[in-house]
Amino acid sequence: MSQVQLTVNGKAVSADVEDRTLLVHLLRDHLNLTGTHVGCDTSQCGACTVHIDGRAVKSCTVLAGQADGASVTTIEGIARGDELHPMQAAFRDNHGLQCGFCTPGMIMSAIDIVSRHGGQLDEATVRHELEGNICRCTGYHNIVKAVLDAAGRMKVAQAAE
Amino acid sequence: MGIEGIGASVVRKEDKRFITGKGRYVDDIKLVGMTHAHFIRSPHPHAKIKGIDASAALKMPGVLAVLNGKELVDDKIGNLICGWMIHSKDGSPMKMGAWPAMAPEVVRFVGQAVAVVIAESKNQARDAAEAVVVDYEELPAVADVKAAIAPGAPQLHPEAPGNQVYDWVIGDEAAVNDAFSKAANVVTMELSNNRLVPNAMEPRAAIADYDAAEEHFTLYTTSQNPHVARLVLSAFYNIAPEHKLRVIAPDVGGGFGSKIYIYPEEMVALWASKKVGRPVKWTGDRTESFLTDAHGRDHVTKAEMAFDKDHKITGLRVKTYANFGGYMSLFSSSVPTYLYATLLSGQYTIPAIHAEVIGVYTNTTPVDAYRGAGRPEASYLLERMMETAARQLKVDPAELRKKNFITQFPHQTPVIMAYDAGDFNASLDAAMKAIDYAGFPSRKAKAKSEGKLRGIGVSCYIEACGIAPSKAVGSLGAGVGLWESAEVRVNPVGTIEVLTGSHSHGQGHETAFAQLVADRLGISINQVQIVHGDTDKVQFGMGTYGSRSAAVGLTAILKAMEKVEAKAKKIAAHQLEASEADIVIEGGEFKVTGTDKKIALPMVALAAYTAHNLPDGMEPGLKESAFYDPSNFTFPAGSYICELEVDPGTGKTTFVNFVAADDFGRLINPMIVEGQVHGGLAQGIGQALLEHAVYDGNGQPVTASFMDYAMPRADDLPSFKLSHTTTLCPGNPLGVKGCGEAGAIGSSAAVINAITDAIGNNALEMPATPDRVWRAMQG
Repeated sequence: MSQVQLTVNGKAVSADVEDRTLLVHLLRDHLNLTGTHVGCDTSQCGACTVHIDGRAVKSCTVLAGQADGASVTTIEGIARGDELHPMQAAFRDNHGLQCGFCTPGMIMSAIDIVSRHGGQLDEATVRHELEGNICRCTGYHNIVKAVLDAAGRMKVAQAAE
Repeated sequence: MGIEGIGASVVRKEDKRFITGKGRYVDDIKLVGMTHAHFIRSPHPHAKIKGIDASAALKMPGVLAVLNGKELVDDKIGNLICGWMIHSKDGSPMKMGAWPAMAPEVVRFVGQAVAVVIAESKNQARDAAEAVVVDYEELPAVADVKAAIAPGAPQLHPEAPGNQVYDWVIGDEAAVNDAFSKAANVVTMELSNNRLVPNAMEPRAAIADYDAAEEHFTLYTTSQNPHVARLVLSAFYNIAPEHKLRVIAPDVGGGFGSKIYIYPEEMVALWASKKVGRPVKWTGDRTESFLTDAHGRDHVTKAEMAFDKDHKITGLRVKTYANFGGYMSLFSSSVPTYLYATLLSGQYTIPAIHAEVIGVYTNTTPVDAYRGAGRPEASYLLERMMETAARQLKVDPAELRKKNFITQFPHQTPVIMAYDAGDFNASLDAAMKAIDYAGFPSRKAKAKSEGKLRGIGVSCYIEACGIAPSKAVGSLGAGVGLWESAEVRVNPVGTIEVLTGSHSHGQGHETAFAQLVADRLGISINQVQIVHGDTDKVQFGMGTYGSRSAAVGLTAILKAMEKVEAKAKKIAAHQLEASEADIVIEGGEFKVTGTDKKIALPMVALAAYTAHNLPDGMEPGLKESAFYDPSNFTFPAGSYICELEVDPGTGKTTFVNFVAADDFGRLINPMIVEGQVHGGLAQGIGQALLEHAVYDGNGQPVTASFMDYAMPRADDLPSFKLSHTTTLCPGNPLGVKGCGEAGAIGSSAAVINAITDAIGNNALEMPATPDRVWRAMQG
């Protein structure tokens, strides 16, 4: 057992976990942040994607201990109160989700994609960048639309700040 | 239509919880005192269990129990059932071996459960499972359907000699023989329909909670049909009587058919919960999904189509071998028979059809309905045949289809189905226009000059949805009726709860169903709550599959709404001292036509519940229910056209354009409908290009993870161009047909037809990987 201390969605947390505990299980089982999902066991599907120190990471590939001292953001931590993150709003407005299971990981990956590419995104780039997130419901059509829409919204939001 | 009524693309009410991480899936639920199950599964495709030694595991930390299949038998827990009886052509009932939830003696596919560890934590259960020693005696195994029926093949079940479950026929063989004897042209093809793994993104999961004082079970499960689960668990598996079993299917992360069935894990969790006296949770991992979720498709078919000198189809002869895997899953028997062969007329006038289907056991994961279920196999077969026929007859593939389209409705096919409405020319014309079919030859020539092989492929599908008229399916062997139920509760303050037997696992019912209520009463969808997925709340339901929820589930809601409205009008008329016949409902108010007299819905509801001033003899309250049994299937149909390029050096395909023109009847929420089509297209294209559940010759699965099984990813797919043509379904008052499966049914053939057009070789099987395409190009 080890104690890990980290910041999750802006709050300092600590937990005693088995050394083999993955970050995703720390989030889900110890911190009850069940918005981060487990869709596979080979780090392929991306349903568990969170941000560690601002970068999108599959939380099933990271031991909880490796996140010691890090700042982790999950799907529960991106809205500001009742105000949705522009990516969340774009997924809703473009019908970029159906069953919702891959959605948290998609949104966390998509935010990272937009922030890395700035506003310089096109459909081909979005499709290539989303390769690590699997969705079985939407055929990606509306997810791609949502990400491109959000890229515009995030640019506007950034300009406003 | 109002801005939130029928026909409006309203954003979904349910989305907020999903985009903020507040969805509640089974694995998100924790109960006090909950324990964890881990199954021990066979690594062998076929073996005898000589012994199970759990002594070391039982001494490990946190372990509460290790249970096996012999104990299930001792406790008289029933075997899994197949709920659709099929009779062979000789009149004998299908031949099935028993499927115990955990194998007591023999395992017949890799992944079959033989024992389960119950422990305090998931890790403890997993660790202990490693310490359970199962002594197997390996037996010869067979995975391929043709190999399994060959003489001398390993035998799976003594009840099914030769591994044959049934040899079923439909149609008029003599008429077909006659058509072929007079045919001017005959097209013959041998095709396989590749085995697929549904892979809903949420793995299956279950939590069972036994209350000893009440002798009552609660099961949280990833189900598309919680009432069916309760019925089967009660009536056949001897878990608990229905009134002592509550089944809850909360947010469910996709199903595609794979979550219809009642699997061993739910049964064992319930049974184990009583044994250990604690709640038991099981959450499958992805490899368990690959090994144990019911697979889809897996046909091998030889088909012949006869044409007269005018290129009219005169006959169709089909022989299909369907691979069922090691056991007969819940509805498996119906898939390659009544869901497949009854659609072999497609969109065409075919005077004579005869199909023979041989169902076969193999040492593979059981196969059952997966998105489309039989209809994709029929559509793929016919549309490959039509394209090949056009090439053989040297006519345009679209023109050959048009020449043979059914144009008069209703149309009785030779294989049971009576198509009620459609306009197949309209959808094909729409698709041809959308893709500029006429301009294709010049685009092909231009691509050639750039060193690319360009192809175009058409696919015109029809499906039978709105499953299904209970009397009809009963006469064909179904063990259940396929109606739907609904209840509409108007609360005393005028808000409305609709309880539906349909289950939403991505389809957006919470929005689309609310739109109907909003439309009829002229209120906001935010005043309407759709309740589903809990047998303690909803009176009954047959669940969601087979594109049935709009045509059957929503019509049941409409029927209950009509009763509510009738009663509310009586109350309003009484309150307004007007004639009931003069009351109209508009904008959430009950108005007396031609006057300014009106009363708002909340006041009518309040009057119903205070009961101070109701018409004489009227019961208080405003709540009605309905059971709706459809009178026919519905027949969504459409045309898909794919244009793509093949790289002659690598065999890799690149999409240029993919257009879809569907006729789903009336659309409730076009945004949701288009989302359903996108997802279906992705699964059909995935089957055409990527997906294949592969077994080696001995029955070992070699594609049991996302590392090995090619799921369609964002950069494998194009954006789609969708359009709609409309003929209303005459079979239900809403005129809806259903849209959930169309994309998966129609798209595979369009892709393969485009590739074979590009490379000039018809001999190509799915998935058309670059390797296979390149080999086909070499002739």
